[in-house]
Amino acid sequence: MIVATHPHTHETAQPEGHAHVALPQHRHHFETQEQQREAGTFGMWLFLLTEIMFFGGLFFSYLLYRNWYYDAFVVASNQLSVPLGGTNTAVLITSGFFMALAVWAAEVKKKGLLVLTLILTMLFGCIFIGIKYDEYHEKWEKHHIPGDHFDVSEFVNPHAYGLKEEPLPPDQAQHTQIFFSLYFAMTGLHALHMLIGLGILVWLTVRAQRGDFTAGYVAPIENFALYWHFVDIVWLFLFPLLYLINRHPV
Amino acid sequence: MSATSSTIVNLPDQKTATLPKRSYLNNEDGLLSWLLTGDHKRIAILYLISITFFFFIGGAFAGLIRLELLTPQPDLVASDTYNKFFSMHGIIMVFLFLVPSVPATLGNFLMPIMIGAKDLAFPKVNLLSWYLYWVGGLFTLAALVLGGVDTGWTFTTPLSTHYLNTHVVTAAVGIFIIGFSSIFTGLNFIVTIHRMRAPGMTWFRLPLFVWSNYAASILMVLGTPVLAITLVLVALERTIGIGVFDPTKGGDPLLFQHLFWFYSHPAVYIMILPGMGVISEVISTFSRKRVFGYTAVAFSSVAIALFGFFVWAHHMFIMGVSNYSALVFSLLTMLVAVPSAIKIFNWAFTLQKGSITFETPMLYAFGFMGLFTIGGMTGVFLGALGMDIHLTETYFIVAHFHFVMVGGMLMAFLSGVHFWWPKMTGRMYPESLSKLAAVTTFIGFNLTFLPQFILGYLGMPRRYHAYPPEFQVLNVLSTAGATVLGVGYMLPLLYLGWSLKYGAIAGNNPWQATGLEWQIQSPPLTENFIEVPIVDHEAYDYEWLAHKTEQEVTTVG
Ligand code: HEM
Ligand SMILES: [Cu+2]
Repeated sequence: MIVATHPHTHETAQPEGHAHVALPQHRHHFETQEQQREAGTFGMWLFLLTEIMFFGGLFFSYLLYRNWYYDAFVVASNQLSVPLGGTNTAVLITSGFFMALAVWAAEVKKKGLLVLTLILTMLFGCIFIGIKYDEYHEKWEKHHIPGDHFDVSEFVNPHAYGLKEEPLPPDQAQHTQIFFSLYFAMTGLHALHMLIGLGILVWLTVRAQRGDFTAGYVAPIENFALYWHFVDIVWLFLFPLLYLINRHPV
Repeated sequence: MSATSSTIVNLPDQKTATLPKRSYLNNEDGLLSWLLTGDHKRIAILYLISITFFFFIGGAFAGLIRLELLTPQPDLVASDTYNKFFSMHGIIMVFLFLVPSVPATLGNFLMPIMIGAKDLAFPKVNLLSWYLYWVGGLFTLAALVLGGVDTGWTFTTPLSTHYLNTHVVTAAVGIFIIGFSSIFTGLNFIVTIHRMRAPGMTWFRLPLFVWSNYAASILMVLGTPVLAITLVLVALERTIGIGVFDPTKGGDPLLFQHLFWFYSHPAVYIMILPGMGVISEVISTFSRKRVFGYTAVAFSSVAIALFGFFVWAHHMFIMGVSNYSALVFSLLTMLVAVPSAIKIFNWAFTLQKGSITFETPMLYAFGFMGLFTIGGMTGVFLGALGMDIHLTETYFIVAHFHFVMVGGMLMAFLSGVHFWWPKMTGRMYPESLSKLAAVTTFIGFNLTFLPQFILGYLGMPRRYHAYPPEFQVLNVLSTAGATVLGVGYMLPLLYLGWSLKYGAIAGNNPWQATGLEWQIQSPPLTENFIEVPIVDHEAYDYEWLAHKTEQEVTTVG
């Protein structure tokens, strides 16, 4: 084994004898740029794994309650707007597409295209949030936000509201509140991830404009893309689970 | 091999020895250079100071609990205050001391060096973890100052969400944030171990300390987010009244239990696994032998981590889970005892033919083995369905988890702190005082917690501030023991502080151990290694070491 034990006589923190050419973003504790890039990507995947566990608790609760309060969940999920949710799915996929393009642009060192695609990613992200806001607002007006103001009359007496649902007995109707609790918790957590992502996108765009990512150092763009795609994928589970399955009362 | 020799300590000549001129400690000066550091060793020191601080706050609450329990009457404090005492004690000890203790301090300091890396993969994330720890810690302290929490550390619903008018949300936010600190530490460790090992450092040459931290990191990364989301739901239920756990709205309190223990059972292994890693290092060093069954010990860490995810419901036997699932979880619980037992047996075999010396770290390690074995065996009792129904929520539980966590983990932590103190500071601690502290701790511990097994068996429930007079004798013993234990914990604080200035110069390798960390100067340079080490031998290869010291005598100027 070769271990340096001689006294440290000079001030430099940089070890000598590196064969590779260090890019400015190269951190001193990595041996090679390649090692640094791999570590970053691996770290990002692990982080996404923790995110899966984070959402996992909610998915678990959702499946459990859906099983228990099947009728209440069916009726409550009919309150969600498939056209709006569907549009949002398309919007999100589009935004993910532009993000994928952005990675490509960074790799082929096209600065203009990179900035453009990042901005388009952001734009579609914002549309998503706008539509989400609209949906939340509608729930607010109908008193479907869980908590003290929650109102079940629409489920107890749907015909009075012009709905074709079967009426639920009052105690069953109460359980629709759990559906909405989970709906807000899950889509809210998802939206929060979108907002954080949008914040990071602003920062990436500024740096891309400076030319940081078009000189061979693309790791931040790649890792952010992983995050953004992950957020898309979570939505691809949320949409069918909350909006689509069992549209029609049994 | 000769029988036990008295010592292996090998210090440089104290008349001529000096500390190295440059080290991570003095490479840069000023408070700011510490607060903005990316150096894993400095961050480890920051953590060491921080968790010591929280340990003594948590300890003060333990003292107050024991003081109240000195007499059967509820005379010191009212019941709600008592509830706040044990809640804060548990919350601080679990989340601010036990979970980060070994990984964030010793692990942070040593793990990169042990695998021949210059730092963790993400130094900034590492620093961020420490700040998150403090932000979370301050929230927890704020909850305390604003009037306390009285849910116990388990935040049981609907108690926590509906019936208590205390600062549950503040504390939950605190723990949520600390959770991210722990997630980031785990993530950083896993990436570092996978990607930053020096040439020749294969998986099966890794020191067992690295393996055990690796296993604990898996648990941190997979378990902690579930706790985080559970606490979010509790906070939402308290603030805006969503009904996920609220039975009046059709929610289910049992769901909370499932989610909470899905984290919190594995969390006990987050607490104990890194400690087991310390014990492997110490035992091997002070019996001059490779750990018997290295591979089995390494894999048992991973096995404990994985099995740990399948036994959570043994905390819920009396809470209304079905008989069928109780049986399944009872069986699974027995299974998880197997890898722990493998470790104990392998340590015993390691000792068996070794040439053992009784340095302070080794005394603590023996303490660990004895106490952890008792804690673990009582755990098997509790895993047995019938026994558990009699013993749960009594002082038997309190004694059980203190044996594991305080008797096990804290002993391991102190063992490790003493073992690597010369490496971290370049100085030795006073020999006889440290041995006295180890013995005091051991005696104090047994005096405190052995009576609690009996109390629990006789039926004294936990979390009450008054009890029938016939339990008093055992409670007085326990309080007396706690006082001795308190002294045992104060001693290292004093003499380790003293040694920073006056301790003997330790040299690079006072224990003549084989790990990479012992081949560099003490205290190490900021970059750990000037040249990347190339590893060509197994961990704990004492023949290699003997060979090496014959060839080259290393000195540090
Ligand atoms: C001087 C040493 C200590 C004493 C005298 C002591 C005393 C106690 C007592 C009496 C309880 C039970 C309160 C109750 O349920 O009524 C308790 C709970 C607890 N202690 Fe300690 N303790 C000590 C040290 C520690 C340490 C060092 C840790 C962690 C490292 C720790 C972790 C816990 C935990 C997690 C609980 C559970 C709280 C709960 O479930 O509500 N204790 N302690
Ligand atoms: Cu458990």
